[in-house]
Amino acid sequence: MNPRNIGLILTRELKSYFSSLTVYLVIVMFLLMTGYFFYNLLATFSVVSVQAQADPMLARQYQLLNINETVIRPLFGSISIILLLMTPLLTMRLFAEEKKTGTIELLLTFPVNDVDVVLGKYLACVVVILAMILLTATYPVIIVVLGTPELMPILTGYLGLALLGAAAAALGVFTSSTTENQIVSASISYGLLFFFWLISYSVPLVSAGLGQVLAYLSINEHITSLSKGVVDSEDLIYYLCLVALFLFLTLRSLETNRWR
Amino acid sequence: MIEVEHLTKEYGDFRAIDDISFTVEKGEILGFLGPNGAGKTTVMRILTCFFPPTRGKAMVAGYNCFEDSLNVRKRIGYLPERVPLYEDMEVADYLRFVAAIKGTPAKEVQRKAARVMDDCGLGEVAHKPIKAISRGYRQRVGIAQALVNDPEVLILDEPTVGLDPKQIKEIRKLIKDLAGRHTVILSTHILPEVSILCGRVIIINKGKLVAVDKPENLRAEGSRRTYLRISGEARRVEEELARLEGVSGLTREQAADDTQAFILAFTDEKRGRQAINSMIERNHWDLIEMRPIEASLEDIFIKLVTREEA
Repeated sequence: MNPRNIGLILTRELKSYFSSLTVYLVIVMFLLMTGYFFYNLLATFSVVSVQAQADPMLARQYQLLNINETVIRPLFGSISIILLLMTPLLTMRLFAEEKKTGTIELLLTFPVNDVDVVLGKYLACVVVILAMILLTATYPVIIVVLGTPELMPILTGYLGLALLGAAAAALGVFTSSTTENQIVSASISYGLLFFFWLISYSVPLVSAGLGQVLAYLSINEHITSLSKGVVDSEDLIYYLCLVALFLFLTLRSLETNRWR
Repeated sequence: MIEVEHLTKEYGDFRAIDDISFTVEKGEILGFLGPNGAGKTTVMRILTCFFPPTRGKAMVAGYNCFEDSLNVRKRIGYLPERVPLYEDMEVADYLRFVAAIKGTPAKEVQRKAARVMDDCGLGEVAHKPIKAISRGYRQRVGIAQALVNDPEVLILDEPTVGLDPKQIKEIRKLIKDLAGRHTVILSTHILPEVSILCGRVIIINKGKLVAVDKPENLRAEGSRRTYLRISGEARRVEEELARLEGVSGLTREQAADDTQAFILAFTDEKRGRQAINSMIERNHWDLIEMRPIEASLEDIFIKLVTREEA
């Protein structure tokens, strides 16, 4: 591993990201969608609050009239799903484009380890995703200005989003390394991400033991507990394992390309 | 500097190259000749560590291309056939990136990139994105990136393809100037290029090595023929010539006035020449012209390649 080479590849990838329109479009779409959810959650909360003032029964019913429970937690849920929709669009070009244009031939004959190539590209994508997530910080800032939410769940929620983005990016880097077609790469990414997302829906249908396994594998189970303000090492390990697994698979995939 | 032993590469059932061996000395320019699909690019990709051979061994500067790939890659500059470049980058920016990634110390990156741009005549397009420059400039950027770290070995896959005659001349001069300091392997379709640039030529066809030699030796190997023009009566000259010892393959050529022209081959050059001289003297004819015809590299190439197929 050579930090200088990782840095060089990371910088080049970032320049390449920001010289194309895609990344701006993805960020704009991401902010529009998350902003829409935020607006609706906040508007609903304020309507219910006003009604609850006039009607104490309703207020009791909505014991949960707590801005953390009714706005922030669902907001993190929505942001995480939209993040899953956006990452394949960011990762699909990383290797597939180089394979299509043939630049991979030069890249792999430069005196650079495959690990540096993979990490450089992966980290560039993670930087874009983190930037994207940070831009949504305006929503909690608005809440903090208007009300008095608990801060801890907000911070851990962001930790969760960052980890989720990192895992989804690793998965996308892997699918991009398996094909020279960006659309194919994105399609496989969506397939795998939705598998990890929907897997928790089978939990009630299977035996308790298997259910636990499926729940552990599910990408959104872990984000839920993090957005409650609980940092459990189990969740951190889950995401880091996904990152390690898919980066490892990417390296193997690059190697099989050489062997074909 | 480069040693290739019994190199074989198979893609599934297809054997792209088959038991190829050759060596290249330091400072030499080696030409790689062969029809399309002969396996030139495959050999180059093995030498540049893009993929390993199925069997056999390739060594560059004393390092094994498969086991010690990083050490090999530090010492080579490679121009692939398609000239794949990062289209969205500016020329100068791209060359700085390549210089840095090839291990140039940070404070020298700028200087090395500037020097190579100068050598390859890229000053005018330094700040244009690569996607906006012409084919000729692209090719030069490709060569520039191969040269930027001053590598010991240069591997150029069809370096002059797609250039106009003036650019071809410039690139050839550039390559020629590299000989001595650098070891160069270049592949090409253009046969005169080989005689201009290369000290030695390898001809491969259908993955097999057909010939390795100096261009002039290859020419000599293609049967040497002689052009002969004599004044005299047409029928008699032909009859007498056909009877001579040491002369074969007589064909009549068009000739001016009352002279007779032939192309012939000697089976025994010394005796053949003597026989012709005494024949001319005996008949009181005049010898007007007699000169060897050098077979062109094209002829030899086609001969070698078709012999292999026969």
